[in-house]
Amino acid sequence: MIRVVLPYHLRTLAQVGNEVELEIGGLKTLGSVLDALEARYPMLRGTIRDHVTRERRAFIRFFACGQDLSLEALDAPLPDLVASGAEHLMIVGAIAGG
Amino acid sequence: MSKVRVLVGTRKGAFILTSDARRKDWEISGPHFAGWEIYHINGSPANPDRIYASQSTGWFGQVIQRSNDGGKTWEPVGNKFTYEGVPGSHLWYDGTQHPWEFKRVWQLQPSLTNPDTVYAGVEDAALFCSTDGGLTWQELPGLRAAKGHLWQPGAGGMCLHTIILDPSNPQRFYVAISAAGAFRTDDGGQTWRPINQGLNSLFELPDASAEVGHCVHNLAMHPSRPGVLFMQKHWDVMRSDNAGELWQEVSGNLPSDFGFPIAVHSHEPETIYVVPIKSDSEHFPPDGKLRVFRSRTGGNDWEPLTKGLPQSDCYVNVLRSALAVDSLDPCGVYFGTTGGQVYASPDSGDNWKSIVRDFPAVLSVEVQTLP
Repeated sequence: MIRVVLPYHLRTLAQVGNEVELEIGGLKTLGSVLDALEARYPMLRGTIRDHVTRERRAFIRFFACGQDLSLEALDAPLPDLVASGAEHLMIVGAIAGG
Repeated sequence: MSKVRVLVGTRKGAFILTSDARRKDWEISGPHFAGWEIYHINGSPANPDRIYASQSTGWFGQVIQRSNDGGKTWEPVGNKFTYEGVPGSHLWYDGTQHPWEFKRVWQLQPSLTNPDTVYAGVEDAALFCSTDGGLTWQELPGLRAAKGHLWQPGAGGMCLHTIILDPSNPQRFYVAISAAGAFRTDDGGQTWRPINQGLNSLFELPDASAEVGHCVHNLAMHPSRPGVLFMQKHWDVMRSDNAGELWQEVSGNLPSDFGFPIAVHSHEPETIYVVPIKSDSEHFPPDGKLRVFRSRTGGNDWEPLTKGLPQSDCYVNVLRSALAVDSLDPCGVYFGTTGGQVYASPDSGDNWKSIVRDFPAVLSVEVQTLP
């Protein structure tokens, strides 16, 4: 089970609470988490990554275990603590403005 | 008694203002989609309880919302706007070519007859259509074939911001793009041609009378006279009496002919409204006086409408989609400002009163007249 924390505006869009729990079979990667997230909450398609290129939107970041995973490959394994559900994966809107 | 529903899109959410036909006391609902930019919220003429909203932010991109109960509840629908074929490129600010990139939906225009058919004008400029209530969207790529490589962005981006459907001819509609100009289709959107003859963009284009490239800010049409169009261009207020084949300037005695929106009285096809702005460098009313100007002669002769509007120290703007009319008698006129005020006149512009004073910056105002 993977625990995902969404930014406020995507929580309101998907009408979910602070944390989303996803069951993912096989290798647990950023890509598989996003696939599962978008499958369960179709309204999130296009809001985290581009519909066509599947690339992360410019102002979205992925944090976990005190690390910035934003530039990791989508098929790279997630940290063990995230894959085991001990730690959550944070999807964050980048700081912008003052 | 009839009711009026005013749909307001702002920088930080949507609001719905309702009143009876007296248009004196208002109920306010919102913010809907709080914190998101609502470039446009618009209802179906065929079913007024069907409302579409364009919701976006720079962080999370585009969302389209749909309501089936007049804005009480909403559901997100399709947000996949993919250009047909190889998108190609258009002019960039510096004169180089720049690839077409989808950014947001500026305008949602539901069909006059079918609530499930809706058109979307987007940035970078293109026209999309949905025939399933917004679930899926298809581009009408013939528009970008109308010399799209010569279109260019204005300060607000390269946006298709105005869609007008001809009530007398379902195959004909008009769009306007900043900065490309006005375009018309006579075959339901398959093929398009520029309709910019007579426009003069002396300070914006190297060829002031170019076929495309003009910064058209807004178009308006009265449904009883679909061949007559009115235009607020970057500079100049224009009209065409032949469906856009030729335009003539009707700025007349306006204190400035720069501005963004233009609207037509719902019962008087020759009565039109603009909100003059000082200049393209100073986006606020001349002399700090917020004045709507009305012409009862289809242009050239204009009168300022000031009663109830601030006449000193006012430095707000009124954006291109933020002026609208209802269809009651007398005609109601409404506009929103970048200062967050929404003003209403229940008597064709003679007297004004603010419905609200402290909304976020208003991006769009649409009005529904309900039985």
